[in-house]
Amino acid sequence: MNIHEYQAKAIFSDSGVKVVKGIHCISVEEALQAYDELESDIVAVKSQIHAGGRGKGILYDPITDDLIMEGGVKIAFSREEVKEYATSIIGNKLVTKQTGKDGKIVNNLYIESGCKISHEYYLALLIDRETKSVLIMGSTEGGVDIEEVAENTPEAIHKIWADPLEGLANEDVQMFADLLGLEGQSKNEMFEMVNSLYAMFLDKDCSMIEINPLVRSEEGEIIALDGKVSFDDSADFRHPWRGDLVDLTEEEEVEIRANEYGLSYVKLDGNIGCLVNGAGLAMASMDVIKLYGSEPANFLDIGGGATRESITAAFEIILEDENVEGILVNIFGGIIQCDMVANSVIEASKEVALSVPLVVRFSGTNHIEGMEILNNSDLDVHTANTLAEGAEKIVNLTRRSS
Amino acid sequence: MSIWVDENSKVLIQGITGNQGRFHGTRMIDYETNVVGGVTPGKGGQKLDFSGKEIPVYDSMQEAIKKTGANVSVIYVPARFASSAIIEAANAFQEGGGGLIVCITEGIPILDMVNAVANVEKCPDVRLIGPNCPGIITPRENGGCKVGIMPGFIHAKGRIGIVSKSGTLTYEAVAQTMSVGEGQSTCVGIGGDPVNGTGFIDCLSAFEDDEQTEAVVLIGEIGGTAEEEAAEWASENMSKPIVGFVAGSTAPAGKRMGHAGAIISGGKGTAEEKFAAFEKAGIYVARDPSEIGNVLIKALKEAGIR
Repeated sequence: MNIHEYQAKAIFSDSGVKVVKGIHCISVEEALQAYDELESDIVAVKSQIHAGGRGKGILYDPITDDLIMEGGVKIAFSREEVKEYATSIIGNKLVTKQTGKDGKIVNNLYIESGCKISHEYYLALLIDRETKSVLIMGSTEGGVDIEEVAENTPEAIHKIWADPLEGLANEDVQMFADLLGLEGQSKNEMFEMVNSLYAMFLDKDCSMIEINPLVRSEEGEIIALDGKVSFDDSADFRHPWRGDLVDLTEEEEVEIRANEYGLSYVKLDGNIGCLVNGAGLAMASMDVIKLYGSEPANFLDIGGGATRESITAAFEIILEDENVEGILVNIFGGIIQCDMVANSVIEASKEVALSVPLVVRFSGTNHIEGMEILNNSDLDVHTANTLAEGAEKIVNLTRRSS
Repeated sequence: MSIWVDENSKVLIQGITGNQGRFHGTRMIDYETNVVGGVTPGKGGQKLDFSGKEIPVYDSMQEAIKKTGANVSVIYVPARFASSAIIEAANAFQEGGGGLIVCITEGIPILDMVNAVANVEKCPDVRLIGPNCPGIITPRENGGCKVGIMPGFIHAKGRIGIVSKSGTLTYEAVAQTMSVGEGQSTCVGIGGDPVNGTGFIDCLSAFEDDEQTEAVVLIGEIGGTAEEEAAEWASENMSKPIVGFVAGSTAPAGKRMGHAGAIISGGKGTAEEKFAAFEKAGIYVARDPSEIGNVLIKALKEAGIR
């Protein structure tokens, strides 16, 4: 789960991580009130969406697609400018490097006090799969794309790891601050910040914290000027407060609905719908559809606990996608029994009045019984013995019909 | 021979009184797995009937190991309690002469796993497989040792080792070996989580040392760099042929594909990079899982063993 910058900063603040004062707004009026309240000559007017690259993003009218403004994060030097920028941002579509061409509608703004910047850094905490521990990564090159820094000047990136049992070693954090070239008060503040962020990472079950830029002010303070926080969804059960931070406009509604049925669904751009048990097999099914010359319309893992009800929901979700011209069902029965799936497929097909070609491949537990049920039904279904055969059939069937 | 589990394995089921523990415990016993007991804290002292076999329940792993001499444990405990179950098993096995922990549970918080894996690493005689995996199986002539949720009947004893991040895709690989008349030595599902116990290299190394295994099928998926590291290790250390497949060529970047670890982030962890690493390491590549059988025949023939 991802959250907005303004939400991340509230958590930073509670966790002892220094931020500048800011106010969350959802209208131009609120933005102006925030400006008055902050009493800062200069403020930043920041679009709040769950994607990076906002500063270099471009705002468009969501209906006409006319260009409204360049830059989703603006520095305002007056009340008038706050009004101008807020008006250009709220309700419009922000397209950044990370949003894809469709962009995201901006419904939330963050008005933040100005800050006199002496230097910009990059700081991130994440799970390092290789060492199986929390990695703290920093760079003296902040405010820019960290992947570019990694590519061009890897020596500017410094890393320390927290021991899962012993925690962060003081000498490692000291060294980290040294490597970032900090001295005196700034070094002390960086030391505190890294420790506070690590404590927050554990306490809130984060999967990533990224601050770009983290700045040293002209007064030597170390301040989180940005904040991107992702939480580990598997730990939701011990953080009921997370529910309040969810912004449904940022989530794919259909993916949430799929989740409620125990389905794992991701919409893609192709024309062949897939219904598969197991994440690996679901990906492999997509890949094989592509090998036979078509594109998958979705990733869908029905999971080990699938029922007639969830399989019907899966058919409905697949068919909501107007691009779908055919469906491939690929089940390798383990816990799931192919005869149960067969009956569910027949029922679901009737319920949704299936009108596109359907290919079913069964293997594993009760696959013979499952095939018999399909063959004895009045459902117009094609069967296959292997994944490759199934993929080839559905690709050919959809070509013929289109 | 085989790796890590065989007919001498004495298996405990952690979470034996729950639905998952009962359901899969029964299937393990039906497959002739030597299940010697189960553990559910607070429910010790009772005996449960599994397919006509009486299985004693204990309150703790320590007690269960002491009473049964078990050397393998499989965990069917809900996600929020699973990391504690792993740590309990690791400490108890270390005290009781060592053992293998197989954690099936899906959806364990990642920081819980960071902590659990660090605890397991403190126990040199303990191995963890999983979590979020189908488990491990060594088929024999009749039944065998099945520690997990895979359908036993699709397997047969043979000379192909299988290691995979995925569940059902592992079954697909098993079916592929069977379709060309080959059986399996041991099949290991290492799981699809970003932080887990046993990795590809541990499995390859064990298969290399195992007399029964003559070739390996390795199934990876997008996310992380475990496949690349395994390929590099194999190019220097494996004499036995490997057939490799990676799921997720068509997966979009930045989207999690079911498994917690299956995500292309920052342009890293793509299937293409992994296939390229396989090819560079001399691994026989199958681009389509339905081709694994044919590619395996080619690999065996070129090695002069078929």
